[in-house]
Amino acid sequence: MVIQNEKQCSADLEGLDPQEVKNDLINKYPPKVARKRSKQIVINKIEKDQPVPKIQANVRTIPGIITQRGCTYAGCKGVVLGPTRDILNLTHGPIGCGFYSWLTRRNQTRPVGPDAHNFMPYCFSTDMQDREIVFGGEKKLKQAIEEAYNIFKPKAIGIFSTCPVGLIGDDVHAVAREMGKKLGINIFGFSCEGYKGVSQSAGHHIANNGIFANVVGLDDNVKEGKFKINLLGEYNIGGDAFAIEDLLEECGFTLISTFSGNSSYDYFANSHTADLNLIMCHRSINYVAEMMEKKFGIPWMKINFLGADSTAKSLRKIAAYYDDQELIDKVEEVIAREMPAVLKAQEDVRSRCEGKLAMIFVGGSRAHHYQDIFKEIGMRVISAGYEFAHRDDYEGREVLPTIKIDADSRNIEELEIHADSKRFNPRNSEEDLKRLAEKGIEMETYNGMMSDMSDGSMVIDDISQFETEKMIELYKPDIFCAGIKEKYSVQKNGVPMKQLHSYDNGGPYAVFKGAINFYYEVDRMVNSKVWGYIKAPWQKNPELSARYACE
Amino acid sequence: MRKIAIYGKGGIGKSTTTQNIVAGLAEMGQKVMVVGCDPKADSTRLLLGGLNQHTVLDTLREEGEDIELDDLRKIGFRGILCVESGGPEPGVGCAGRGIITSINMLEQLGAYTESEDLDYVFYDVLGDVVCGGFAMPMREGKAQEIYIVLSGEMMAMYAANNICKGIVRFAESGGVRLAGMICNSRMVDNEVEMTEAFAKKLGTTMIHFVPRDKMVQRAEINKKTVIEFDPDHNQANEYRTLAEKMQENKSRVIPTPIEIEELESLLVEYGIV
Repeated sequence: MVIQNEKQCSADLEGLDPQEVKNDLINKYPPKVARKRSKQIVINKIEKDQPVPKIQANVRTIPGIITQRGCTYAGCKGVVLGPTRDILNLTHGPIGCGFYSWLTRRNQTRPVGPDAHNFMPYCFSTDMQDREIVFGGEKKLKQAIEEAYNIFKPKAIGIFSTCPVGLIGDDVHAVAREMGKKLGINIFGFSCEGYKGVSQSAGHHIANNGIFANVVGLDDNVKEGKFKINLLGEYNIGGDAFAIEDLLEECGFTLISTFSGNSSYDYFANSHTADLNLIMCHRSINYVAEMMEKKFGIPWMKINFLGADSTAKSLRKIAAYYDDQELIDKVEEVIAREMPAVLKAQEDVRSRCEGKLAMIFVGGSRAHHYQDIFKEIGMRVISAGYEFAHRDDYEGREVLPTIKIDADSRNIEELEIHADSKRFNPRNSEEDLKRLAEKGIEMETYNGMMSDMSDGSMVIDDISQFETEKMIELYKPDIFCAGIKEKYSVQKNGVPMKQLHSYDNGGPYAVFKGAINFYYEVDRMVNSKVWGYIKAPWQKNPELSARYACE
Repeated sequence: MRKIAIYGKGGIGKSTTTQNIVAGLAEMGQKVMVVGCDPKADSTRLLLGGLNQHTVLDTLREEGEDIELDDLRKIGFRGILCVESGGPEPGVGCAGRGIITSINMLEQLGAYTESEDLDYVFYDVLGDVVCGGFAMPMREGKAQEIYIVLSGEMMAMYAANNICKGIVRFAESGGVRLAGMICNSRMVDNEVEMTEAFAKKLGTTMIHFVPRDKMVQRAEINKKTVIEFDPDHNQANEYRTLAEKMQENKSRVIPTPIEIEELESLLVEYGIV
């Protein structure tokens, strides 16, 4: 199959009418459910100078529907703060929450020096029992903090509240203050009870608030470096952050802090001394970027290091922002050096993958970013959606003023941030901003996923298990990308499944070398013959056959 | 064995009334167990001559799994078995969960088995039905009869109406029924007529009107029920009468809670002299 320009792919995807596909997805539901899902299943429409269609997102999952989503605690502890190696993350709750959010493989980290703290291989929990539920768990929490401190002597301890903590009203913040004073270290609590919010997205917001209020800005020492940046929303899955760090360093950037892949407490404390924030995952971290801008005057821009073209584009965008010839030359030199190997791999893999179909249903940014890599090897993403994103991640930030703030969102604290009386330092003057705009460098904006997707493709928010299987049945994609919960049911349908929350055993997939890794990983998966054997021989050609008497 | 739970607004006199009823039943030769379902653990003070310091939850916390029934029960006035659930200090933890844990523990230890030969189990429950834990005594297999203590005061009647809503909920799934109202007088105008009319609207009856008497307080100061403290006093006889009425009472209804407007108009009708 020869693919022309992506945008020309008509609404008639794979010979199927998207409207009929949509009907197939929702006609099994009761009318009220169907009405709600129909607003979350949108046929993309790309028209010149017109906004993409409106999609409903960040709303409650309907009970009974098997969702991909996780809980607020998972978003706070697991996603945003879990990857930091030297904050001792203590789960206050029954043991299961801590145990199943133990990040043994997902995020990598590289402590500096053999004696440096790394708590990521550990799982800390207060192991609440019936008696703590009845009599309150604050005492046990204090004991746990004391015990953890005595053994590990961490610089900081984060306390993460699970559901029962909120129900019985343990005041984790008061305990944090008291124990912080007693032990002389930074201790902070998160009211990230699992039941808050409609998905893990609420937990991201709570984590952002906590880290900003309690850590960012504690260390005013300004590091050496001409181009000081923070990388936001990169969690070092499969070593992605390592690959990005190497590249940024080579180009001449000084990375002050990553939120939060391969990060440490000290980096966060010092992160307000950077001059530019780069955002990878807009959904999970845009709050920190906005708060840093308001309080310290640090501008932010959206970038993407997944996909070789996107990486080159992002590097050029950052270099153009700084408008420094030496930097621009260095970036071009690195791109020129990296691209031949990338193009060679693309050509090789394209010969076997061109025209194949992919579907991506993950996260709040990866469903967007990974489309770039698939395009580079000629594959088509015919359907994608996020698990926990909001409308701005689909349609772009210009819809922010029109997003209705519902009760579920109001449940999550919105910090009121003012410019710091001493440290607020806007990095750009009015003229600078004008100059940037003239050069077409978009600041503080994200255009969302839908405008990069083809006309007629299916955009599905919070896809259900039923819809997943229906989409596989209708389109027979060559690869399906989601998370571990979806993995085996997808494989049972005879379709290779690539995890994009963690990377199975693969990675890194970021920047140029990572893109090549991904090309070959996809090549290996979509061209494997194993999927042809998913049905056992006796299922295809039974030795015996019979009919029910009633037939 | 009859299992009875006493509910009513906080401070209405549930614990005092319950203990005096139980003392009356014990005098009549009945074998009774009282289970206090209040973190304050003061439901058996008058029967024991002081607070039971060893609640179910304390014992569970201190001694772990290895608990005997006799660790939890204290013997009070005339052989009455006294148990206190106990619970957290005010403002921490979950007292409701405590009640659930405690009642389950009593069941598992066989406190209700036939060999215990009980005639009555009384649950004295804290205040309103604030959450699932405090509804525990209403659930299936626990109390079958509910008595509500009230007065002619608006908030006491309001609480009684709410408790009836709880009873309806559990009556549908379990076997719990409303057996009657006990009016613990607060000297409100037309109190007897008003509470009788209210009880009628709820589909039940006011089985006894306990007059207000300073003797109750005097006995309380002395950590005794009126029946024990001054057996010949008229108030002791009031409680004996109430105990007898409960012994005879066969009424078991699913109540019909009323709307707040109806309750308000009842107050206007009887309350304005």
